Amino acid sequence: MERDLDSTLDSVDRAEGLALDVAERAGFGEEDLMKIGMAVRESVVNAVVHGNRYNRNKKVQFRVERSGGRLTVRIADEGEGFDFGNLPDPVAPENLMRGSGRGIFLIRSFMDEVQLRHLDPGGIEIILVKYAT
Amino acid sequence: MSVNLSTRQEGDVSVVDVEGRITLGEGTSALRDTIRQLVGNGQKKILLNLGDVSYIDSSGIGELVSGFTTVTNSGGQLKLLNLTKRVKDLLQITKLYTVFDVAESEASAIRSFT
Repeated sequence: MERDLDSTLDSVDRAEGLALDVAERAGFGEEDLMKIGMAVRESVVNAVVHGNRYNRNKKVQFRVERSGGRLTVRIADEGEGFDFGNLPDPVAPENLMRGSGRGIFLIRSFMDEVQLRHLDPGGIEIILVKYAT
Repeated sequence: MSVNLSTRQEGDVSVVDVEGRITLGEGTSALRDTIRQLVGNGQKKILLNLGDVSYIDSSGIGELVSGFTTVTNSGGQLKLLNLTKRVKDLLQITKLYTVFDVAESEASAIRSFT
């Protein structure tokens, strides 16, 4: 399933719903569904807010597919990107009381595989993988 | 309405009952506005009752942290009450569980304010 989503916060709910529909059919349990839903939400928030910056002329590409017990979600924005290799560790004592910066950390905590890469000419792609147990 | 916040006064403690979703947008804005308003009104003892919070995201967690900082910087105390498993798990994953003063009973939480 593939969709081009608007750069609005409504797309966060929509993407979560689409991913969970597929994940439920793939047999994921309640705990995994919560983790998948949150990882998708955080990824789409990043794409809408930090990537496309709510620009109505930019879209968020969303794709979810399952193969056997493997769920793969791809989210890509058209923004200017960021240095994802140099993100502050949100659980380091000096960063603990920051009001933001926990999204990618939670995504990595909840999914089995997470890949980030820069797109040409611009944007960030994140691929999330979860295996049914 | 994704979130509903109502404030009641129990002695000198302001108890904020939070119901619904604390997520980026309406949820985080409502929480931020409520805490700032209480601090602006001179309230020093604030208890957030999160027992009916159905969902929280990283922005919501961040708003709890910002609220804690706002209250602390004003010389007050902010405590949390009735964490759901989901909220508690997220606070533990993000290593914030020990940062907040968390209570499971409103009566004991109110008594614990100094």
